[in-house]
Amino acid sequence: MGNRTPLYDNHVRAGGRMVDFGGWDMPVHYGSQVEEHHAVRGDAGMFDVSHMTLVDIQGPQAREFLRRLLANDVDRVREGRAIYTAMLNEQGGILDDLIVYKRGAEDDYRMVVNCATREKDLAWMKEQAGNFDVAITERPELAMLSVQGPKARERLAGLLEGERARQVREMKPFRFAMEGDWMIATTGYTGEDGVEVVLPGEQAPQLWEKMASAGIVPCGLGARDTLRLEAGLNLYGSDMDENITPLEANMGWTVAFTEGRDFIGRESLERQRESGDHARLVGLILEGRGVLRSHQTVLTEQGDGEVTSGTFSPTLGESIALARVPAGASGAVEVQIRKRQLPVRIVVPPFVRNGDKAFQET
Amino acid sequence: MSEIPGELRYASSHEWVRLEDDGTAVVGISQHAQDALGDLVFVELPEQGETVEVSDEVAVVESVKAASDVYAPLSGEIVAINESLEDSPELVNQDPYGDGWLFRVRLANKAEWGELLTADQYSEQLENEE
Repeated sequence: MGNRTPLYDNHVRAGGRMVDFGGWDMPVHYGSQVEEHHAVRGDAGMFDVSHMTLVDIQGPQAREFLRRLLANDVDRVREGRAIYTAMLNEQGGILDDLIVYKRGAEDDYRMVVNCATREKDLAWMKEQAGNFDVAITERPELAMLSVQGPKARERLAGLLEGERARQVREMKPFRFAMEGDWMIATTGYTGEDGVEVVLPGEQAPQLWEKMASAGIVPCGLGARDTLRLEAGLNLYGSDMDENITPLEANMGWTVAFTEGRDFIGRESLERQRESGDHARLVGLILEGRGVLRSHQTVLTEQGDGEVTSGTFSPTLGESIALARVPAGASGAVEVQIRKRQLPVRIVVPPFVRNGDKAFQET
Repeated sequence: MSEIPGELRYASSHEWVRLEDDGTAVVGISQHAQDALGDLVFVELPEQGETVEVSDEVAVVESVKAASDVYAPLSGEIVAINESLEDSPELVNQDPYGDGWLFRVRLANKAEWGELLTADQYSEQLENEE
């Protein structure tokens, strides 16, 4: 038996097909992955993401510590905002990708990291914290629900009162607010509008059932994966790992080369950025029938690349993928699928944004 | 419990087979197999006229989450394929034993039919897998 979130019984009652995910028993779907996917694109869906690891970084040197630890710069945003970033090793390889919520500019931050990398991340953070005056505290007692889709805010707000309802209705994207023992954030992993609610685990089942009664569709990890891939968002362990740098993972925009800031991995990244000949993570659209899958070989004039995540896109009705290809590859190339070489186009993700086709041709 | 029609035979790799009067057999995947795969989005079928041997990888069924091989439960020549799956792979989910059939094979060796699992045997296998 794996770890269980506070919502385990709710998933089972709702017909969730439970699978092991990074040591957690999680629902992969509740009947139809595709219907759940469409619910998020067209209306509202909810995901239990309580398996993710929440870590509070607090203390007089929290800001300084994070400016050393993370490739993005927490100084880029104001209090009450969130920032997406990678945590790198000295070689510039990605140890994990994460979101940081800036609660107090100097001394109070919250991070959400991947569950599969939990132990490695915590060990690395504690090692790097060395001489910094910070406390690193995991918050396993908190649950996290992600409510996503064009009607997500309206449906959730209807269940809440006062300031919580107002925040859910009005908050701009990539912000958050602490409301009593809840944290309400306008973040997500689907390419749709929506909110994420962090709350004490014991309150999660009641909120989940109320949301289900309000027409918010329970969605499993399967739909979460097709939604994030359509949104062009990377998955740790598939599209990036310790041997891949942000520049090779289409995450250059999450690296802040702020002058004088000595973040871990900076030197390696600067060398790579100057040479410019590194591989790139791009989008692929399959021409015709079939399904792109991870590890298929991409054949380009510049050399071979590899599909890192592939699926059939329920929104577009065609197969899409993220792939790592040599510098300079663009336009029409081929992918080896079993015995056949099929034509694909290299595009710039995201594939889908707010329910509509969004990619650009190269 | 999955639906397992008594008149069909089964391969342990979850294909079903229906013997027709004309010496051909229709092949599909079981209710259990389609349910485990989830929503199908693509089916790659063999070529008509192709000759296959028992346990050859003869087709691929792909759901949103994964690709899965279909093995030939019998040897022989592929005499027909279900062309409607090209546009409607979801037929396999909706009607695995009917409109969701995959291909029809002319048996090269009728003795192979006897080696397939009966509905009871297949049912027992599924129970043991759970």
